[in-house]
Amino acid sequence: MNAVFNLHETFRDDFSYRNSPRAIRRFPLPFPEDSYMYSVNIEPHLPGPPGAVTEFAFDVDEHYVAECRERAIVLAAEPLRYQALPHMMSSQWDCLELIMESLARDYPAHFSLAKQGNSWHWINRPLQIDQRFTFGDTTTLPHEPLDYITRQAQGDFVVMDQREGDLWAEAGMVTTQADWSLDFDLGMTFKEWHGPVPLAHELGVFDRALKFLLNLRLGQPVRRLNWTMTIHPRLDTSPENYPHWGQDRATVTPQNAGDLVHLRVELQGLWRLPRSNAIVFGIRCYLISLRELATVPKWARRVHRVLRDLHPALVDYKGLTRYRDAAVAWLAPFDDGAPTTPGTAPE
Amino acid sequence: MNDAQTLAVEVVGVEQVTPLIKHFKLAPVGGGSLPVFSGGSHIIVVMRAADRVHKNPYSLLGSPSQLETYEIGVRRMEESRGGSHYMHDRVVVGSRLEIAHPVNLFGLDKIARKHVLIAGGIGITPFLAQLEDLHGGAVPYELHYSVRSAEHAAFLERLRRREGERLHMYHDSEGQMIPFETLLAAQPLGTHVYVCGPAGMINHVINTARSCGWPDSHIHWEQFSAPPVGDVFEVFLARSKISVHVPHDQSLLESIEAAGVEVPYLCRGGVCGFCHTRVLELDGELVHNDHFLSDADKAKGSSIMPCVSRARCKRLVLDL
Repeated sequence: MNAVFNLHETFRDDFSYRNSPRAIRRFPLPFPEDSYMYSVNIEPHLPGPPGAVTEFAFDVDEHYVAECRERAIVLAAEPLRYQALPHMMSSQWDCLELIMESLARDYPAHFSLAKQGNSWHWINRPLQIDQRFTFGDTTTLPHEPLDYITRQAQGDFVVMDQREGDLWAEAGMVTTQADWSLDFDLGMTFKEWHGPVPLAHELGVFDRALKFLLNLRLGQPVRRLNWTMTIHPRLDTSPENYPHWGQDRATVTPQNAGDLVHLRVELQGLWRLPRSNAIVFGIRCYLISLRELATVPKWARRVHRVLRDLHPALVDYKGLTRYRDAAVAWLAPFDDGAPTTPGTAPE
Repeated sequence: MNDAQTLAVEVVGVEQVTPLIKHFKLAPVGGGSLPVFSGGSHIIVVMRAADRVHKNPYSLLGSPSQLETYEIGVRRMEESRGGSHYMHDRVVVGSRLEIAHPVNLFGLDKIARKHVLIAGGIGITPFLAQLEDLHGGAVPYELHYSVRSAEHAAFLERLRRREGERLHMYHDSEGQMIPFETLLAAQPLGTHVYVCGPAGMINHVINTARSCGWPDSHIHWEQFSAPPVGDVFEVFLARSKISVHVPHDQSLLESIEAAGVEVPYLCRGGVCGFCHTRVLELDGELVHNDHFLSDADKAKGSSIMPCVSRARCKRLVLDL
């Protein structure tokens, strides 16, 4: 896709972020049926149909330029949103290579990459970047390699080193997160940084997921969807900034929920990295207001039912407790009780 | 993996480097580069012999930054089920083979303060690629390499030339033994030890390190078991509803694959646990040859690693 970018939209202050009708139709709804519970919903990250968010390794959409600007704003205020431990340098170069090669291959109108041995030339037209550098030589880039390339990518990235039969979160760029902190989790093992998730430990989800990921193969990335909800189209719902956004949850009413409450979906991708044998975990955030969502009748019915019947522990964990009833009330008029077709397609 | 994900390669170099070891260079058919890999990785080489398909794991021993070719070293096994003999007797410059993408089950620990590498015989191969990563780095390391005699010391020239004093050679023929106890007792905190070689050597290093107080997290080893030969037996695959005959010189996994049933695998050497399969019924005993299941799990007998393990039984039913 050669996206037309929403150059001036914002994810803070006046919250001018909007989805075009096309962006709504391609929204990755995470509910294949009318109810929701955890599962190890991992599938191969194979190319999806043209126009889908899974068409390419990394989706570049109409929000690309605005999201990169939002990331720069967060980093300027809080530099520790990007961190990498010293032994992660080879994985940083792996990530830079993966993202640059993917974007240049999949969006040639926007990005290009030319290589002569270790002399690389990277062009990012939407952000007006033209960079020559030496692959493997950090002094030839303005930032560390992972920092550099993820300033030019949508979504958060965590790089996990593999050792002792575990995965350790030891580098990352995290500015668009659903209430978790890289600064807090850096250096943790897989189960430690998933510690707060309710029910899933008891279901054995993390045992199975870890075992699966330890054997993740080069060239065979996988993906899954996760979701929560956010008030306003706010990308940066970090614990560090809780005072700025936590109170928003008390402002939702059945009247304004359609505009304030957003479904927040993460397209999570996992790639084995070749030089470092590390794994990069990409967490790409998509936001859609209930009003935008309700333009698709099937989705309005389904999300109404999912929210109405959600397990209480998940309501609390996802932070929906204060406004779930208002959101359900706003969606109720769209649910005539008709059955929904299986799968997530908008019909 | 399955065969749809293999790469086609052509043999562009074969060299007899010791009386028992041949060194092969593999280049992608049609030119270009092979995938980047990390030191300690192995590939599965698929050999299509006339009567059967062999799939053997071999460590990549070339430099991870030289990707025009992959290099492997193949020791001729006396009790081969055919794979190493095929490589030695049938594969020449110009032969075509298939390989799977590299997998690393024996990576260097990136936060180690020091690395001690211990190789026995053909066990030198994964270290050759790791040394490429270690060379010129800030973390100290040393290599202890034990061989039967001087003529069996594969790749010695490239090691001597580059590693100098970090290389310690031991020849069995001259009564030289790696002094495991003094070596492991004298290492600074934060050292990691890696061993690849015969089973006896690996067990000795593990036991010695433990008795010196090393934490298990700092002890690394890799041993690809060739699937041992054994008694003939029959297996019934419950989900596929077919019976499979396992000959004495073919592994359970190979026999199941030959019957057209795919089993997920990575290492084919009893290491990774990927082909872990549930045993539904057993009239007899399992012969566990893997390094994955715990002793307790082996005793329980409710699962098996078909890549290397077998059964002595009248009837075995697997959840496949």
